[in-house]
Amino acid sequence: MAEDRKIIYQRPHALLPVNTNYCPGCPHGIVVRTVAEVLDELGIEGKTVGVAPVGCAVMAYDFFGCDMIEAAHGRAPAVATGCKRANPDNLVFAYQGDGDLASIGMAETVHAATRGENITVIFINNAIYGMTGGQMAPTSLPNQVTQTSPYGRDVSTAGYPIRVCELLSTLDGVALAQRVTVDTPKNVRAAKRAIKKAFQYQMDGVGYSIIEVVSTCPTNWGLTPQEAFEWMRTNMLPYYPLGVFRDVLAEGHESVAEAAIERAGDCPIVTEGGK
Amino acid sequence: MSEKVLMKGNEALAESAIRAGCRFFFGYPITPQTELAAYMSKRMPKEGGTYLQAESEIAAINMVYGASAAGARVMTSSSSPGISLKTEGISYMIGADLPGVIINVQRGGPGLGGIQPSQSDYWQATRALGHGDGQIIVLAPSTVQEMADLAYGAFDLADQYRTPVMILADGMLGQMMEPVVLPERRDSLPEKPWAVTGHKGQRPHNVVNSLYLTADELERLNIERFERYEVIKRDEQRAECVMTEDADIVLVAFGASSRIARSAVVHAREKGIKAGLIRPITLWPFPKDAIEATVGTAKAYLSVEMNMGQMVDDVRLVVNGRTPVEFYGRTGGVIPTPAEVLAKIEEMNAELSAKGGE
Amino acid sequence: MGATHNILLAGFGGQGVLFAGKVIATAGLIENRELSWLPSYGPEMRGGTANCSVVLSDEPIGSPLVTAPSELIVMNQPSFDKFCNAVVPGGVIVADATLVPNTAEIEGVKLCCIPATQMAEEAGLKGLANIICVGKLFAEVGFCDKETLFAAIDKCVPPRKAAMIEKNKQALEIGMNA
Repeated sequence: MAEDRKIIYQRPHALLPVNTNYCPGCPHGIVVRTVAEVLDELGIEGKTVGVAPVGCAVMAYDFFGCDMIEAAHGRAPAVATGCKRANPDNLVFAYQGDGDLASIGMAETVHAATRGENITVIFINNAIYGMTGGQMAPTSLPNQVTQTSPYGRDVSTAGYPIRVCELLSTLDGVALAQRVTVDTPKNVRAAKRAIKKAFQYQMDGVGYSIIEVVSTCPTNWGLTPQEAFEWMRTNMLPYYPLGVFRDVLAEGHESVAEAAIERAGDCPIVTEGGK
Repeated sequence: MSEKVLMKGNEALAESAIRAGCRFFFGYPITPQTELAAYMSKRMPKEGGTYLQAESEIAAINMVYGASAAGARVMTSSSSPGISLKTEGISYMIGADLPGVIINVQRGGPGLGGIQPSQSDYWQATRALGHGDGQIIVLAPSTVQEMADLAYGAFDLADQYRTPVMILADGMLGQMMEPVVLPERRDSLPEKPWAVTGHKGQRPHNVVNSLYLTADELERLNIERFERYEVIKRDEQRAECVMTEDADIVLVAFGASSRIARSAVVHAREKGIKAGLIRPITLWPFPKDAIEATVGTAKAYLSVEMNMGQMVDDVRLVVNGRTPVEFYGRTGGVIPTPAEVLAKIEEMNAELSAKGGE
Repeated sequence: MGATHNILLAGFGGQGVLFAGKVIATAGLIENRELSWLPSYGPEMRGGTANCSVVLSDEPIGSPLVTAPSELIVMNQPSFDKFCNAVVPGGVIVADATLVPNTAEIEGVKLCCIPATQMAEEAGLKGLANIICVGKLFAEVGFCDKETLFAAIDKCVPPRKAAMIEKNKQALEIGMNA
């Protein structure tokens, strides 16, 4: 009997058999599972360390089977930096939300990226602070109503949202910056390919990688999961278009270092070294 | 044994840390500790170690958090305003039971304050290195030699008790040169089975964490940590006592101010005044036992500090009203002179004589 | 030897007062004495005044900050004006007369004015007025053995500037004979 059966779907080994704390319909579950599947497929759970900072995913240390660090709000890239520098053979990833990455942790985000820190950041952008109950995020859209922008985000006073992949792709240390989403099986598969590529780049020492996942927050948006995806497709994807914003290998470079030298043009201190 | 060399305190701290097995340093420039970072930037690459100039003090302490979680001996250094920024990360390190060494080469405050030597972060170091219930071990060197010795030992204390350890120095000790004999290099370091290094399929996953949403669990962990603190208080108090056995007036001073207090005590003895000095080497745990041992014989205490009066609180807590406790201090970066302290001792002595004669 | 020397060296940043202090401190190191060297630090280092305190003693050193020097080397006018009255009775002041034109006798203090900057330039030792002053102070108070002072130069000049060793020693000699 057993021989007749073929396993076509099961819990990834890198995902522990526990209940998550995510709300029903939250794409976090999809992304966490996808990361775990990639860890399984690459066979790297045993050498991986994940960093989960403050946000809805703060308890991801209970979900991932790899070694985990919980980090202070916004500081995951710095924590991941320390961890990766101590053990360069480990695969180190940070799993961050939009408030964490693009607001309180923007300095850490930008500097880890520009150092070309050989880590991977999985960035969940759902345009709202989920854990604290739906406040305006650095990626909340213009006119988006949140608990702290009750009349809609007024860009004349609250400023504009940050397009993280576009911003980071200007930095020489970034090997891969790609924006994906997980609203359909096709897009989930694409997201998985992107995450796998990012981890592979890290293992190959290419440089810093970030995969931004445009996501939803049905609970704080006050929508059903399907309505939320529809709102995301209608409003977020035009503002945050999917795609690859930087991929140094695809651009024909061997590493961020080589790409950076080319970008620097004739600057002599770059091409000839100091002294 | 190594030969005696002339070194700045900041450099002695750095070299000694390397000899203690520290291979990771994360810092950010600030006067008057910058020589330490500069020294590390020169030496770490030659040791196969990492020097990284972080984007901020906050990032630096979180890099310490990450490297410590990964099992490394790791250090950061700063001066007063920078330490304030680091307190978030220190609190997380306390909560996650992570070892690590933090150097504070103090300058005057509050705010941006000044850049001259100060001891005005005593309260912060012993009471408030971040939010929440918790303490860290605080060591107070008073010579360049002790900068080297205490930095070396700090890594062992940190690993032994799984706690951050602070070296509370100041601009004077950091900038000055004195002869120093550097400690021998450590060739083996303790195992850290709790570290996140990848489980390699050989063990359940390790988690470094300070978040506990269940109140009972958080309380239990805090109580366990405070039980460890009791062991530290019992076993790790350190102080140097100078001529305290027969002293009528016992000075209490640490770090830079203890050097001045010591000179004043010597001058007082020359004038026939029975003065002595207790120099706390551990500020936390505070060396209660050394002070308690003098309570029966001392007629008065004088806490000498480079601040407006901070450690004097701890002296009073030990003395607990049994004997008068006075304070003399200069602040803002002013270094008191032995003559000023001697004048205060003479004033106290005159009061004691007047009382004795009543 | 034997006595405690509380030496203060002061001048403009760039004149090498910190280095001169280090040479004296290193002499103390070689003779295995108690010693301390404390620089002024901060913005005043950048173009303003610089000073450093050196204490040589046979007893453990309390404050390394010299506020009442037994020996004072001054290499500019503001430093003379600021510190001359702090020198203790029986003390010695060595002033670089090239840059300290206005001096005044202080009761109980020996004032030695030598045109150190001019002497350095004439001897082809530009930038070594500081060491000439150290040589002069040595001639006045002999804070260490003579050979020790020359050995201190060997120790203090970094290897990449080895060519400067002889020049520094020459400057010492000039100061000692000034």
